[in-house]
Amino acid sequence: MVLIKKFKGALIAGILLGLLFAWDAGKGLEAIKISGFALTEMLSIIPPIFILLGLLDVWISRETMMKLMGKESGAKGVLLAFFFGSATVGPLYGAFPVAAVFMKKGVKFSNIMIFIGAWSTTKIPMLLFEISSMGAPFALTRLLVNIPCIMIMAWILDLMTPDSEIDKLYERMERM
Amino acid sequence: MRIIYLYGVSALLLALSFRKSREKTKKALNKAWKSFSKIFPALLGILILVGVLLAVFDADFISRIIGDESGWIGVVLSAVVGAITLIPGFIAFPTASVLIDNGAGYMQIGAFISSLMMVGMVTAPMEAEYFGKRLTLIRNLMGFIFSFIVAYVIGKVVGGLWF
Repeated sequence: MVLIKKFKGALIAGILLGLLFAWDAGKGLEAIKISGFALTEMLSIIPPIFILLGLLDVWISRETMMKLMGKESGAKGVLLAFFFGSATVGPLYGAFPVAAVFMKKGVKFSNIMIFIGAWSTTKIPMLLFEISSMGAPFALTRLLVNIPCIMIMAWILDLMTPDSEIDKLYERMERM
Repeated sequence: MRIIYLYGVSALLLALSFRKSREKTKKALNKAWKSFSKIFPALLGILILVGVLLAVFDADFISRIIGDESGWIGVVLSAVVGAITLIPGFIAFPTASVLIDNGAGYMQIGAFISSLMMVGMVTAPMEAEYFGKRLTLIRNLMGFIFSFIVAYVIGKVVGGLWF
C-alpha cells in the first residue's frame, strides 16, 4: 500500500503511456524511447550530484555555510548562489535536494531562490553549448536578461512569502 | 564531457573524505542514498511523462505553431509548450536551431527555451514536496511571465525587429 502511494505518480504516467499506445502505437514506442533516454541521463548525472550532496552535508558545518550564504552574507551570498547554480549540470529536479541541504545549513531564503533560478537557466557548461548551436547573440542576450530576472524573481518570491511560511519550509527541510 | 568532470570531482572528493574519516564518508554516502531513494519514485513518474509529452509535442508539431509569422500567439503557444515539456538543454538547443532553420522566429524560440528552463509543470509536484504548493505555483508563474520578457528582448536584439 505504501509502495503504491509512493509510486502513484509513476502509475498515473504509466496509464497515460498506455493510453498513448492505444491511440497510436508508433507514438507510444517513441515515448518509451524518449523516456529510456531521459532515464539514462538521470542515472548518469544523479549519482555524482547526490554524492557531492552527501559530502557537503557531512563536511561543511552550518556555521561556515551561514557565513558564506546566510542572512548576513550580502553580495557574497548572492554571487555564491549564482555560482553554485551555474556551475552544476543536470535538470532542475536535481536542484531541489541540493536546495534542501542548503536550507538545512542555514542559507538565506532569497539566496536559495537565486540558486534555483541560476540552476534552471544560467548554467555555464550549457552556455557554451548554447553559443555553439544558437549563436553568441542569442545565448548572451538570454544570459544578460536572465541574470537580473533571476534576482528580481528571488526578491519578489522572498517578499511574497510570509516569514512564518519561510520558517515552516526550513523546518520541513530538516526532515528531507 | 561535462559528466566526466562531474564524476572526476566527486570521486576525488570522496577519496579525500575517505582518507580523512571513514566514518563520516559512510554517513555521507548514506545521506546521498537516502535523498536519492526519496526522490526516485517521483522522478520515475516524471521521466515516463516526459516521454509521453515529447512524443505528442514533437519537433513537427512545435514548428507548425511557432513560425516567424505566428506573432504573439506563437510566442504564447511556444511558452506553453516549453512550460509543459522537459527537454535537456543538449537536446533543446540543437532542436531549436533546426526549428529556426525551418522558419521559426527568434522571439518564439526565445520564449520556448526560456519557459522550458524556468517553468517545470512536470516537475511541479516534486518541487511542491520541497517548497510547498503556493511557492511552487508563484515561482513557475513568474518564470512563465519572465519568459515573455526574455522573448521580447531576444526578438528585438537577435531577430533584428527594431520598432
